[in-house]
Amino acid sequence: MTVTTSDSAAAAAEAGRRPLLRRPDKPVNVSVTTILVLFVLFGLPYVMNGYYTGYMTLVAIYAVVALGLGTLVGRVGLYSLGQGAVVQIGAWTGARLLFATAQPFPVVVVEAGLATMLIGILIGLPALRMRGLYLALITLMFAGAITVVLATINFPNGGGGFTGYNGSTVHIPPIRRPSIAASDPAYFRYAVVVAIIMFALVYAHLRTRPGKAWAAIRQSEPSALAAGINTTFYKLWAFALASFITGVAGAMLAGQEHYLYSINFATQDSIILLAVVLMGGVYTMWGAVIAALLQQLLPGWLQSLGVSYAWLTILFGVGVLQVITTAPAGIADQFPKDMKRLGRLLWRLARRPAAGGAAAAPGASAAPGGGAT
Amino acid sequence: MIEVENLTVRFGGVTSLDGVSLVFEKGTCGLIGPNGAGKTTFFNVLSGFARPSSGTVRAFGDDLLAMPHFRRARWGVRRTFQTEQAIEGLTVYDNVAMVHSPLRGAARRVDALAAIEFTGGGLSPYVRVGTLGAGQRRLVEVARAVAGRPRLILLDEPAAGLPDEETEHLASVIRAIPDHTGALTILVDHDMSLVSAVCETTAVLDFGKLIASGPTAAVLRDENVMRAYLGTAEVAL
Repeated sequence: MTVTTSDSAAAAAEAGRRPLLRRPDKPVNVSVTTILVLFVLFGLPYVMNGYYTGYMTLVAIYAVVALGLGTLVGRVGLYSLGQGAVVQIGAWTGARLLFATAQPFPVVVVEAGLATMLIGILIGLPALRMRGLYLALITLMFAGAITVVLATINFPNGGGGFTGYNGSTVHIPPIRRPSIAASDPAYFRYAVVVAIIMFALVYAHLRTRPGKAWAAIRQSEPSALAAGINTTFYKLWAFALASFITGVAGAMLAGQEHYLYSINFATQDSIILLAVVLMGGVYTMWGAVIAALLQQLLPGWLQSLGVSYAWLTILFGVGVLQVITTAPAGIADQFPKDMKRLGRLLWRLARRPAAGGAAAAPGASAAPGGGAT
Repeated sequence: MIEVENLTVRFGGVTSLDGVSLVFEKGTCGLIGPNGAGKTTFFNVLSGFARPSSGTVRAFGDDLLAMPHFRRARWGVRRTFQTEQAIEGLTVYDNVAMVHSPLRGAARRVDALAAIEFTGGGLSPYVRVGTLGAGQRRLVEVARAVAGRPRLILLDEPAAGLPDEETEHLASVIRAIPDHTGALTILVDHDMSLVSAVCETTAVLDFGKLIASGPTAAVLRDENVMRAYLGTAEVAL
């Protein structure tokens, strides 16, 4: 073994080089993100009307849900068709705690996340021994089961007992919101801040040990195993993380909606969710934001135009086909590329008249003469 | 030192390894044989991807077969794969540092960087593996295998598909592994010149049976080995 005494000296030298290992992302990206976030927090609430404030709050909430699924699919390679049910678990737990206790809203949100995470782990333990189609099927059946259970026991509406459902249809108290975010625009800001925290949580995972283990598992499970990575443990971790943030989103949804009805949740929502997450792009975190815009804002926008949002199912089907065949990294990856291509095309079109004139001139060489004018 | 006793592996009706008993002492050892001889199966048993139907494997006194695969990596088993499996989305450094290591903090970083430097080829630790060529990816895998205080390194056809000059570089790297890490290194390859350039001792498998073992030069001159490689053994049967 070459365990030499120079190791400590080398270690000291290495400590100085450590920041190199954690290069920040491109400064342009960081500043664009910052400006966008500031605008969403401080500009958007003033220019949006009440109709769009509601939809944009849903976008902020579902961006977190999409991030959870996108992390599972894109970073670890696990396909879940049960995320809609996970939202319901978070929403149910959040609503129940908000009715039953006087705890501060953020505490309830975290508790709902933790409870959902626990259930996610319990389901993940047996399910994660499967991959691909089988995992997708199991999670889909789980989603169906949860939908059935919640249709039977109903969402809490201020009643007593474990379920918190009292069966009356009048004088139902609304699910409360935090006192600092009682109004719709304020709750929108609150949801955006929660979403940012959840994105930061996932980002921290991706940049550290679990993220690297997931990258190894996604590309080559044998290679990860041979490197000593406990793949079951890290897959379960991914499942737990996704369940946690989705549970948090569920609790936020409870506060947004004020009243929850099981009729508003359908098993197929989970499938639509996977479709929009694939369309948005699973390899970047922006994909989750795009997915939420597709799933939550698009229907509202179409409705305001008087178009039935049932068309979206067809649109999403075509979108998924397109993603699978031509743009596996989704809109988040394809859109900037297309914009660059468009920019180059416009640039060439703008230059063409000059270049054409030079070429038409008698005796002009092959060298571009457009710059001479 | 690794002692394999009476190792048998069956996949359905196929017997991939048939009562193989052999000992690899130290340094770099070769394991050769025609296609389908059971070389990769042998590696799969050592690294935990295949379960033998009978037999024992003791490595430096420990029972390898009793450990699940990720535990074997923690014990010190490293392997590379016939088809290179470097993780494209990670940097060279992260690819190497992902291997289990008893070291922590700065010592671990030094160890990973030393492993990258050891493989030569001027790899920058901070480039993404997705941007590298085939030869460099092989080196990344070798770097991962020598990082984290390994005790047993299994190289499965590391030179497959590489041009001659890269194979030569790889040979010099593999030859240096025992001195660099102190680990017992086992090399599976079809390339006789690589095996004879690198390995002091060599074992030969044919149809799941051990047909020769000993110093490389003597083994390569062995009558049975020549026959197995030239294919006359099947004709004689």
